[in-house]
Amino acid sequence: MDFKLTKQQKLTRNIARDFARHELEPFAQEWDEKMEFPREAIAKMRSLGFMGICIPQEYGGCGLDTVCYVLTIEELAKACASTAIIVGVHNSMGAYPIYLLGTDAQKKKYLSGLAAGKKLGAFALTEPNAGSDPVSMETTAEQQGKSYILNGTKTFITNGGTSDIVIVMAYTDRSKRGKGITAFIVEKKFKGFTAGPKENKLGIRASDTCELIFENCPVPATNVLGPFGGGLNAALEALNLGRVGVAAQALGVARRAMEACVTYSRERKQFGRPIADFQAIQWAIADMATEIEAARGLIFKAATLKDQGASFATEGAMAKLYASEVAMRTATKAVQIHGGYGCMKDYAVERCFRDAKVIEIYEGTSEIQRLIIARDVMR
Amino acid sequence: MKGLRIIVTVKQVPDTADVKIDPKTNSLMREGIPSILNPEDKNAVEAALCLKQQHGGTIIAITMGPPQAEEVLGEVLAMGADQGVLLTDRAFAGSDTLITAFTLSRAIMKLGKYDLILCGRQAIDGDTAQVGPQLAGFLELPQVTYAEHISIEKGNAVVRRGLEDSTEWVRVKLPTLVTVTAAVNAPRYPMLYNVEAACDGSRIIIWGAQELKVPETMLGLNASPTGVKKIFEPERKKKGQIITGDPKDMTGILIDKLQELNML
Repeated sequence: MDFKLTKQQKLTRNIARDFARHELEPFAQEWDEKMEFPREAIAKMRSLGFMGICIPQEYGGCGLDTVCYVLTIEELAKACASTAIIVGVHNSMGAYPIYLLGTDAQKKKYLSGLAAGKKLGAFALTEPNAGSDPVSMETTAEQQGKSYILNGTKTFITNGGTSDIVIVMAYTDRSKRGKGITAFIVEKKFKGFTAGPKENKLGIRASDTCELIFENCPVPATNVLGPFGGGLNAALEALNLGRVGVAAQALGVARRAMEACVTYSRERKQFGRPIADFQAIQWAIADMATEIEAARGLIFKAATLKDQGASFATEGAMAKLYASEVAMRTATKAVQIHGGYGCMKDYAVERCFRDAKVIEIYEGTSEIQRLIIARDVMR
Repeated sequence: MKGLRIIVTVKQVPDTADVKIDPKTNSLMREGIPSILNPEDKNAVEAALCLKQQHGGTIIAITMGPPQAEEVLGEVLAMGADQGVLLTDRAFAGSDTLITAFTLSRAIMKLGKYDLILCGRQAIDGDTAQVGPQLAGFLELPQVTYAEHISIEKGNAVVRRGLEDSTEWVRVKLPTLVTVTAAVNAPRYPMLYNVEAACDGSRIIIWGAQELKVPETMLGLNASPTGVKKIFEPERKKKGQIITGDPKDMTGILIDKLQELNML
């Protein structure tokens, strides 16, 4: 067993770290405050290859492995968790399903644009009445000649308003329940497709989360993604990768919170000495560092399994569960260490705290991850 | 002219301006500090890339250091350089600026003809600004330091030098060596698109003492005339005084203060 990063992985991490430090970190607080989508930063990232990290070069991507992907997301998230999820969702939930399941024609038409970042991708499964239980979704797709007519509403969709291409799950045969859901590639410009206003969220505020409404929206039959009735499987497959990315995002947030504590505790003096001298602080930071390292191990394991072509659904769920809860614990403790200052918007730990809570919920709540893990362990 | 052949010297340095010094060994403590491409070397690479965009040609980046110094070559290749050369050998260890420049000069001679050598003015770990000029000396090249702007016109480099109290324009015949400051440009980011090609091993040459055909007695610590007698962290300067009040009062206080210090 070798815990060393490859040359590619190191270089990828360094590129992401350098970019995030200069182009995201100085602006992240303002974007959060104003709920501002980081349009300029995303445009720069597009030209550097951040929008097609794992997509092969023949489709306009970078052809890098999943470990490179998680390293990138971690570094971006450490500077700005919102930007990390914009890039993460685009890569893992927008572009990846088309790479995995798309026909040659679909790849030609959609994947190249997504991988080059000319188009922004999104993924629409969740509905107002179907969150952890996707089978209770209400969106339908009825065949009409060579098209399917979509009707329904998707909710809490990351990149919802800004995306150009959305992978949408809809019932083509409700009687078949999970096996009656089909995935569609839907272009934002299709008639009858509108996005609602940007949601005003607790955390991850710069990312554009909104409702998507389909009112008699015709989608060509050629835009069915993957096997007919295989939409739920496609969604679960994409979510497996999405979760590893979100785990890496959590890791970035946790690292940011911990590093802020290291700096702050050395500078903050109480009772005549830096609070870093007190064991109460040292032990808290030691626990943070240990949990962060453990989370990193789970994330690298899941990503490596994927790169080896092995099943990684359970490990991905473990990584997401653990890393997001570590981010929450670390951020909570970080706010406590910062005391009153930790409650102020001028301090990054305040944002980490709000971001971490969101990360525990989206891309499958902690409870859903536990369900996935238990099903595998207890089968 | 059929495009430019540009050689850029780069160095891997610790990622901080706040490196601690080991009082026992008189050396910089680098453990646990991530390494980066020296900032002004990045400016030199960017300058090379801009000249290549205008005139065509090839960019070769060269570095000397331990095996992990290959990382900075990867970064330079991902920025758009064509080839990297890593000089690594135990025999090179402990080289001072003179022997570093000498070793680099031997490798550059081995690379063959070139039009331009670009160097960062200085590295953030040592701050000596000596290697560039010494390298020009070994290669018997004209040198232009502190460049803030470079263009190539009819076989000449036209360089604007940023000096402390003036600006100087220099026209120099190629081949020449130019050291650049951070003012010369804003370096681009390396591209993830280039990572795969930068790391496949085909674009980095690794040379040791044997390849350079230099006897070990002329290399490394033993050949280096510089001995470090003492290295220390400079004392922090006294805090400045902030004068407050309305402009008229403040001016008066300032003039009094300057007269007191015999500066007026």
